Amino acid sequence: MNKMKLHFFLVSFLMVQLSFAQVDSTKSASNNQITDMDIPVYNFDSLAPLLHTTSDKIYIVNFWAMWCGPCVKELPIFEAYQKNNPNVEIILVSLDFTEDIETKLKPFLKKKGITSKVIVLDDPDANTWIDKVDSNWSGAIPFTIIFNNKNRSFHEGDFKDMQDFETKINNTIKNK
Amino acid sequence: MTKKKVLFAAAILVFSLLSTVTVSAQERKGPPKNGERKGPPGGGGGHNPEQTESLKDMKGYKIGDTATDFKLKNIDGNMFSMSDIKDAKGYIVVFTCNECPFAKMYEDRLIALHNEYASKGYSVIAINTNVTDDNEKESFEAMQKRALEKKFPYVYLEDMGQKIFPQYGALRTPHVYLLDKEFIVQYIGTIDDNAKSAKDVKVKYVENAIQALEKGEKPNPNFTKAIGCPVKIKE
Repeated sequence: MNKMKLHFFLVSFLMVQLSFAQVDSTKSASNNQITDMDIPVYNFDSLAPLLHTTSDKIYIVNFWAMWCGPCVKELPIFEAYQKNNPNVEIILVSLDFTEDIETKLKPFLKKKGITSKVIVLDDPDANTWIDKVDSNWSGAIPFTIIFNNKNRSFHEGDFKDMQDFETKINNTIKNK
Repeated sequence: MTKKKVLFAAAILVFSLLSTVTVSAQERKGPPKNGERKGPPGGGGGHNPEQTESLKDMKGYKIGDTATDFKLKNIDGNMFSMSDIKDAKGYIVVFTCNECPFAKMYEDRLIALHNEYASKGYSVIAINTNVTDDNEKESFEAMQKRALEKKFPYVYLEDMGQKIFPQYGALRTPHVYLLDKEFIVQYIGTIDDNAKSAKDVKVKYVENAIQALEKGEKPNPNFTKAIGCPVKIKE
């Protein structure tokens, strides 16, 4: 009798646990983009290798932040370009605050439907690394680098539209 | 027997669920150690050809240029010129705005800078680059409200018509131009080396530059960069 009760108790306890686990897993499946979103934090030294490649694949690295109006405005251009050109790698380097990643950045990216790779650069002494990205960069964002192993171009300011963006890519990669 | 099996299976399930959670949490930490892409660190060295499309062609002051004085409306409604300050030994001209988080993070430090140096002849002169009639957050009224909230001890001017900051060459907010008493540009750049955390600041560029001028020396460095909001140029 006692044993039965104990078993019953244990089983029901585990069932409750399991049902919670199931709720959790369905939740994370429906919120896939947000809970599975991997937003690593870099300092400049760890970011630097991402600004170069030995392959002829096209890379586009964009420095931006949620608080920067023109940056936010041009995000859909990158997103649309990424969808049509899956072999191009786009990295969105966010200069937002690390403490905002979970509470603001992830919800923001979800709301905007951003699926490109996003990383956060947390390296406060920008004067030491801005010139290492490009000596002509003032530090204002957005700032975008288009490159492969042979060519490279830097763009301070936002792209006006898709045509503008595609022209800049083509001029960088193909005309040299 | 069956009960035992159920229990066993349930226990394994729960356990495995728990362990996956821990593993994925660990995987999320930090940048990957071995990026697939390896290349020379730092700037574009080694890569050719390079094309830059930046604002380097934008006209603006360089160190040693003589800056223009201006006549801009202060939040008190009066027109203000640098020459209005009597016995000035220099001018801390800061291009800034209401809403940029980087500008906001520096408000308290600008207040402290002014309180420390105004009596020594170096006043902060804040100029809002982003005043346009279609942006109520950067309107003259919004500037007045912000100045009142923060009790700015310094003048806060509207660059109406956006005529002054392009002459200086300000590109982001906040962007500091330290002038000596002859209006000669002695330092251009950022206030210190840590926008996000005042307590972690190691180098106070503007203060060091003022102290250099006080000693009759040239500031070193006289040019620094920082991340900041782009100035909004009305189209």
